[in-house]
Amino acid sequence: MTMRKLALLLALGTSMAVAASPALTQTITPDPVVTPAAQPTGVLTGTVSDDTAWQSLGIYIPAFATNADTPTAASGGSTAQLGRSIAEVITGDLKNNGLFKPVGPATLPGVPIIQVTTPDFPKWSERGAEMLVHGSVQAASNGNLLVGCYLYDVSLKQQLVKANWEMAPSDWRRAAHKCADTVYSRLSGESPFFDSRIAYIAETGPKDHRMKRLAIMDSDGANHRFITTGQAMALTPRFSPDYKKIVYLSYLNGRPRIYVYDVESATQRLVAETGSPTFAPRWSPDGKWILYSMATAGNTNIYRVSAQGGSAQKLTDTPGINIGGSYSPDGRKIVFESDRGGSQQVYVMNADGSEQRRISFFGGRAATPEWSPRGDQIAFTHIAGNLSVGVMNLDGGGMRHLTDSWQDEAPTWAPNGRIIQFFRTEKTTGKTSIWQVDLTGRNERRLPTPVDGSDPSWGPIRE
Amino acid sequence: MSSTSKFRVLSTTLLVGAGALAMSACAPKPPKQLPPEPGPVVATQTYAPAPQLPAGPVPGSQADFLAAINGRDTIHFAFDKYNVDDISVDILKAQAGWLLKYPGKKVTLEGHADERGTRDYNLALGERRATAAKNYLVSLGVDASRITTVSYGKERPVDTASTEEAWAKNRRAVTVTID
Repeated sequence: MTMRKLALLLALGTSMAVAASPALTQTITPDPVVTPAAQPTGVLTGTVSDDTAWQSLGIYIPAFATNADTPTAASGGSTAQLGRSIAEVITGDLKNNGLFKPVGPATLPGVPIIQVTTPDFPKWSERGAEMLVHGSVQAASNGNLLVGCYLYDVSLKQQLVKANWEMAPSDWRRAAHKCADTVYSRLSGESPFFDSRIAYIAETGPKDHRMKRLAIMDSDGANHRFITTGQAMALTPRFSPDYKKIVYLSYLNGRPRIYVYDVESATQRLVAETGSPTFAPRWSPDGKWILYSMATAGNTNIYRVSAQGGSAQKLTDTPGINIGGSYSPDGRKIVFESDRGGSQQVYVMNADGSEQRRISFFGGRAATPEWSPRGDQIAFTHIAGNLSVGVMNLDGGGMRHLTDSWQDEAPTWAPNGRIIQFFRTEKTTGKTSIWQVDLTGRNERRLPTPVDGSDPSWGPIRE
Repeated sequence: MSSTSKFRVLSTTLLVGAGALAMSACAPKPPKQLPPEPGPVVATQTYAPAPQLPAGPVPGSQADFLAAINGRDTIHFAFDKYNVDDISVDILKAQAGWLLKYPGKKVTLEGHADERGTRDYNLALGERRATAAKNYLVSLGVDASRITTVSYGKERPVDTASTEEAWAKNRRAVTVTID
């Protein structure tokens, strides 16, 4: 409870600043219009006096309106059908994150286009709405879609924020995610995260002969696509910050090595021409560097190479296993894993490999550290009997578990550093699934994937 | 890539077949500039006694290798360890004896870990175990250039149970002949 309230206070404190923050200027195509509405001083103070009230904050999201029901090239159908689909996607986004209880278009009446900018507040108030999302979908003459998104406070009869996007019909889900991000950011004070993608490993088959394929999807599991066929085992993918490339481990030709896969051209190249196996690839936040780990003579060390190729620089040089690595958001430091002291522990070094020092001293083994995009915490896998996902401060203090299961591992941060994805392995069957949990550890849910999933890697918010 | 073992050849063929099916069913664009993918290397765990063929195994074959070492192609490791223990020493000595008898033969050492660790680390640990076994064979006079290593981390358990016994079996290095 205490933690929750604290987070809410923080959210309230920053909510006013958010209206004008750069986060809301992120767009899909040129020149988005994002207009902060009137400053909502104290808008939420009456509704968030305790946990329960906040959780039940009624956000109503009726189908987006259209001026004319026009056929579109989008898979979602005509503009009217899209209006309903977009509202459904927003509802799905806002559900299950511990902040909102949205009511979607399935149980709500439609909205005439004229009311999108002048809502019928008494009607929505009567239905129990505290917050109201309206929107519009129109087909532009150039074949694109125009989507408007409006958030209203029903009791104050006030517009809190509005935004418009123009995008290709095939990108209609992105408009929904952008609208959900706009609403989420405005009400929570946090940075957006819905308009982002995930690379992971799709798993099928028996435990002793799993087929493991590289796959990608949107943050809500939509637009799913398998990248590799499964003939060569694929593991541990990471999206590049611009989403154009994926680094991952492939057993192509029977040898485990890191490849850089180009999403658009569907081609790939070896990250390092070496006879040695390479593992655990990672991008730098600016996408200019790739970290990989290479085993030679039984020892594994971490290397850095330009994403363009060229010669690699050895960052660690100790006996034992040094592996992984995750950059701080400013790119100046790297947190990584090493068993040089006898068991897997978390270490920090400068990006050039200097000043390596251990930070985890809380008992058990600590593995797969990942630096928060906010810079203030490190998520990791804690091995103490079971495997759990935990977080610690940058000095190794403040360690706490976010999950409690038989085997949870490999955390990856949401772009806003408020949610962590990881994968869970089931005892005996070896079945895997992707889960996400917020930083309170209380809001945990499984991400839908077509088959079993592991090694999730959450990319940044899309530009 | 494939050995002369009938088991191995058969399973590789099946895998290629299954892979082709998967490809046609899901039809993502295959990378254009890649060489054709072979089936994955199978971590052959043949504990069964060598086939009792009337004529006996072909000298120098995988079957002959297994017959010569009484099927003991695998050594095991303690939790998170990679040192070669006394039992493993005997096994590797027998393997080295065969390898010294057939100097034209090459082997791959497949290193594995149990499931109770993180994926990245277990890949490195499997490589470390395979290398430890390789180094021991080299110390017995086998030329290092005849031995390659590959790690499967925790991805290829030989015992799929989630028990201490199964994990002990899965922490292993397996010697497989290649032609």
